[in-house]
Amino acid sequence: MLATPAVAAIAARSVSKSFGGVKALISASIAISPGSVHALVGENGAGKSTLIKILGGRITPDAGSVTIDGEPAHSGIAASRRHGIGTVFQELTLLPFMTVAENLLLGREPRGRFGLIDRAAMPDVAERELAALGITHIDPRALTADIALAERQIIEIARVILAKPRILLLDEPTSALVEREVAWLFGQIRALRDGGTGIVFTSHRWGEIAAIADRITIFRNGSDVGCFDSIDEDEAITLMTGRQLEALFPVRTPAPAKPPVLTLRGVRAEGIAPLDLALSSGEILGIGGLAGHGHRSLFFGLFGAPGFTQGEIKQDGRAIRIRSPRDAIRAGIALVPEDRKSEGLFLPLKIRDNLTLPILARLSRFGAIRRGAERSLVDDTIAQLAIRTPSPSQPVGVLSGGNQQKVLLGRWLLTKARILLLYDVTRGVDVATKHEIYDLVAKLAREGYAILFYSSDAEELAHLCHRVLVMRRGAFVADLPGADLTAEAIVSAAMRESAHAA
Amino acid sequence: MQPDTTADALPRGNRLGHLIAQNIGLILAGAILLIAIVAFILIYGIEQQRLPGNFELTSTVNSAVPLAFAAVGQCFVVLTKGIDLSVGGVVDLANAMAAVTMGKSLTSGLVWSVVILMVGAACGLVNGLLVALGRLQPIVVTLGTLSIYQGLAIRVLPEPGGAIPPSFTNFLVNPNAPYALIFIVLLALAWSAFRRSRAGVDLYAIGNDEAAARALGVNILRTKIIAYMLDGTLAAAAGLFLAASATAGDATTGNSYTLSSIVAVVLGGVSLFGGRGSAIGAIAGALITTLIVNILFFGHVNPLFQSFYEGVFLLIAVVVGGVIGGTIRRRPK
Repeated sequence: MLATPAVAAIAARSVSKSFGGVKALISASIAISPGSVHALVGENGAGKSTLIKILGGRITPDAGSVTIDGEPAHSGIAASRRHGIGTVFQELTLLPFMTVAENLLLGREPRGRFGLIDRAAMPDVAERELAALGITHIDPRALTADIALAERQIIEIARVILAKPRILLLDEPTSALVEREVAWLFGQIRALRDGGTGIVFTSHRWGEIAAIADRITIFRNGSDVGCFDSIDEDEAITLMTGRQLEALFPVRTPAPAKPPVLTLRGVRAEGIAPLDLALSSGEILGIGGLAGHGHRSLFFGLFGAPGFTQGEIKQDGRAIRIRSPRDAIRAGIALVPEDRKSEGLFLPLKIRDNLTLPILARLSRFGAIRRGAERSLVDDTIAQLAIRTPSPSQPVGVLSGGNQQKVLLGRWLLTKARILLLYDVTRGVDVATKHEIYDLVAKLAREGYAILFYSSDAEELAHLCHRVLVMRRGAFVADLPGADLTAEAIVSAAMRESAHAA
Repeated sequence: MQPDTTADALPRGNRLGHLIAQNIGLILAGAILLIAIVAFILIYGIEQQRLPGNFELTSTVNSAVPLAFAAVGQCFVVLTKGIDLSVGGVVDLANAMAAVTMGKSLTSGLVWSVVILMVGAACGLVNGLLVALGRLQPIVVTLGTLSIYQGLAIRVLPEPGGAIPPSFTNFLVNPNAPYALIFIVLLALAWSAFRRSRAGVDLYAIGNDEAAARALGVNILRTKIIAYMLDGTLAAAAGLFLAASATAGDATTGNSYTLSSIVAVVLGGVSLFGGRGSAIGAIAGALITTLIVNILFFGHVNPLFQSFYEGVFLLIAVVVGGVIGGTIRRRPK
């Protein structure tokens, strides 16, 4: 490992920060050497994002100091730019109705005659710069609102990298990326590191931390609890959560042999071949495979957003039509997507309101909401799903990602949905909350819910599902029953078939 | 180490497709303008048994110029996701000041024009400071300042009157030939330059996502104040053109410019949600609005029903435009 030079590229000493009485950081310290990748790990809410915002000059600490090359740093976005700090924020900062090129070149546009911005030249400049980073699949002329989430994240990263930062702060840059895109990012990170850039990196995927980090600092409850050159995952999880995680996954119970509640025959949508599928109540049916191979069309098609273009859907043997989310909800089908912020929750509203919004008619008498009935229903749901919150009146926006997922799931359970489509629900969720979600999914299956479960994490599919269908290029290429379920089997099915097809 | 290079997996839209989809509002505004011109010529031809000539062209252009300036001003603010209800008040104030101050010579008219434009900028500055620094809602701020500026205008010119030098009228809105088109062209050129400046890019960034723009280091305060000041200046210019047309002042004729500038901006394809659209569209919207008034006049529509038809037309244009625009944007590229 690298020897730590005497002067850190950027360092925070005993910084503390509170937001409205909630202590986000308590006397946290970290020092990043030039030419190294320093990973911050910890559960959501451990203070990683707050620390990154302080290092990036976005917020000022209540106490403590930040130094750059040993000198006190100036706060503020303009100052941090002068210091050569580049930040990739967790929440993307691309401008939706401007083109990829305009976003990429914002603040350093090419100038033409009379010193005016040469708008016509921008797409070509952007195309060249992206190509130099090895990105040739994103159209610089497209509006960022029209490109995929992963592509937006790549553009966000590319914009920061192109400014050649001396200090690079990456707050969960991989949350929307698939493996080959992560490999691309790591190539870029290594190149910058070798050029002397000091890099901070956060991720919830241990494999990524292990692959890229030169040093690892573990955070818990707003403080750094240890800094290591290398540490194994079990030890890190123990430090992060403050307790041992015996088993991350619940014990698998056999799927009951029941007739299917939901049958798909020959359904088609954009990006998927005709698919057949049968789902029984009490079953957790996993859908696996590399991202971008039609999972999304399958899940959103079943939820009517938009519906399938062809094929037949049968529920309990009866043919049904699903052309809109309304149809799906009426049929008792619920979707929990990975992007809960834009697809389901009202972040500024209270947990209570988010939970009961679709069932207010049921809770009302003569048009007035029965508050007592609502309260007991909400309290039950919060207890049942172990939503971690001091009160049902908290706005959903202040909850951690995993707990937001639980609220969304809870809302669907209250609508009496019996078929749950869980689409990568644990993405960006910390390890302890993941554990709770696994327990919850297993429990719901035992209670007779039929669950279709997609995950980008093969390990998760292997341990949780009764059966896994692997998708490749919009078709099912493998059907792995419980006995054969290993992450390796799932990944190799996706990869082998891809080698076969190519 | 490339994320993906398979061309078939991620097809790339063609340039023309992007150009059309990203400028659909402007293209629709152009189409509506064309339809309005044809409809005007048809109705005029049927009524008068001849084609519109120099006089009709000149009077149409001259009555469109004030609205074009007010609409472009409104456009700056709308692009920041704001709205300016005080445009009418600033037009009134400029109109009233012009009638009181200009006297008889062109020189004094031009000197006072500069002063009046600066007063307009100051009105915009007040709006901008309250919105950007006071973090108040633009609709509330400008509703308040609308009344204040109207009140100041009445104070300056309590009764219609005053005088505008004929040479000044000839300079701004020559009644003999459509020279005033030059001002519209200059306005469009100035906009194009602004669009290609730091402030222009920042304006769009704020309208797209103010929080993201702040994170990217855009100076929100400065950019918003610039937008409101340009808006105020252009509204004052609209007042000068209006005064020149009328050759006298009236502290209330500008009131209608608040709503008609918003109508022109909407017809021009500028999104009231900010960040999308162009002042070129707003100019087209101003021309469309003026033509509709002419069409209704030559169609012998009772003036009392004029605003009824204007409203119907606006809704039709917005609905049809929304449907066409939505279809084109959703079309797989």
